Amino acid sequence: MQYLAPTSEDEVVAALAQADGRARILAGGTDLLVQMKADMIAPDILVDIKRIPELREITREGGGWRIGAAVSGAEFNERADICADWPGLAEAFDLIGSTQVQGRCTLAGNLCNASPAADSVPAMVAADAVARIVGPSGTRDLPVAEIPVGPGRTSLAAGEFITSIFLPARAPRSADAYLRFIPRTEMDIAVASAGVSLTLDDNGSCVAARVALGAVAPTVLLVEEAAAALIGTKLEGAALAALAQACESAATPIDDKRGTVAFRKQVVGVLARRAVKIAQDRASGKGAGERA
Amino acid sequence: MSKIHVKTRINGEAAEFLCEPDETLLEALRDRLHLTGTKEGCGSGDCGACSVTVNGRLVASCLMLAAEAEGAEIGTIEGLAKGAELDVLQRKFVEHAALQCGICTPGFLVASKALLEKNPDPTEEEVRYWLAGNLCRCTGYDKIIRAVLDAAAEMRRA
Repeated sequence: MQYLAPTSEDEVVAALAQADGRARILAGGTDLLVQMKADMIAPDILVDIKRIPELREITREGGGWRIGAAVSGAEFNERADICADWPGLAEAFDLIGSTQVQGRCTLAGNLCNASPAADSVPAMVAADAVARIVGPSGTRDLPVAEIPVGPGRTSLAAGEFITSIFLPARAPRSADAYLRFIPRTEMDIAVASAGVSLTLDDNGSCVAARVALGAVAPTVLLVEEAAAALIGTKLEGAALAALAQACESAATPIDDKRGTVAFRKQVVGVLARRAVKIAQDRASGKGAGERA
Repeated sequence: MSKIHVKTRINGEAAEFLCEPDETLLEALRDRLHLTGTKEGCGSGDCGACSVTVNGRLVASCLMLAAEAEGAEIGTIEGLAKGAELDVLQRKFVEHAALQCGICTPGFLVASKALLEKNPDPTEEEVRYWLAGNLCRCTGYDKIIRAVLDAAAEMRRA
């Protein structure tokens, strides 16, 4: 195996092109090294992207944020300004692994590992985050929701890699929240999860919403019916019941030792409803930026 | 395959070594630099026994390649004591009997040190969450948590 640590995106593209599918990108390595040690994968070349300065940066762009593909969870969560804009994504990112894993794990890595239970992915989809992809035919932007296509599989073409994740500008009275169910208090994989992002008007009515579910389908689910149940309401009883129903209907989970189909479907609706209430409190200034 | 030459600083002192491209930082620390205080537990990032700091950031050295350490500042358990004088955390672990077999102890100490540098006055809950990635099969954790909180209190008084 060969280890490369290029200092520019162009060098990464060249290395990936030359490797013809036998290379893997190394950012935090918290999934990649585990898979290599378990003999699940045996890449010939590892391309470490952490020596590329712009991939380590968090920058303001058009009122939003561009998060470099090599920014770790610990680095992200130390930024009070981003956490104030995206408290839900911050809490989702922070749920990935231990403190030790947080020192290395990245949003782009969590996305490209393409686990249906990835914690940061529903939060990114709810945030309408966009991945910037660089490859042999140039640069393109793709909504995060369109990256995973199945467990462990992404829509990235050969030779492409993600350089950053863009979080759009926030309208006033907007907030997000993320909740997952695990049987423990920490260090576990989501049995079901929900990310919600919403915007209120100055009367407290919901004018925009996105609801994304994790661990209840082969990929993250953006549930438009769930968002539609919220828009135009004050996020009270009937709207929340309709939201939960839409989430239950959209979920197509598996039965396994961590949860049954019936359990996951019911719980994902409950999580979505609770996440809406947290996001609502944050958007209306009650406990804004404060994490549950 | 030719070996990779890595120059780094470990516990404040310049260190260099040759490693294989697929060698972990844990393997390089133990087998090349003979810093065997850092332990291998699970080898898959779940147990925290191999905890070290890299540029001040707590990481699992089993989930990092040695080659990635080029130019980095590494902190290991060997950097805690000053000669014969134990670090406050080490002393408190002894006082509180916060260890039995000892395999997890270096990882707990390095992780706890990183916590107290970031947060000198953590709550019990904060200590427990911070150390959730450090597994101990002997103590039941309570003595470890008490030792860390006591060390934090003493360090604040100092």
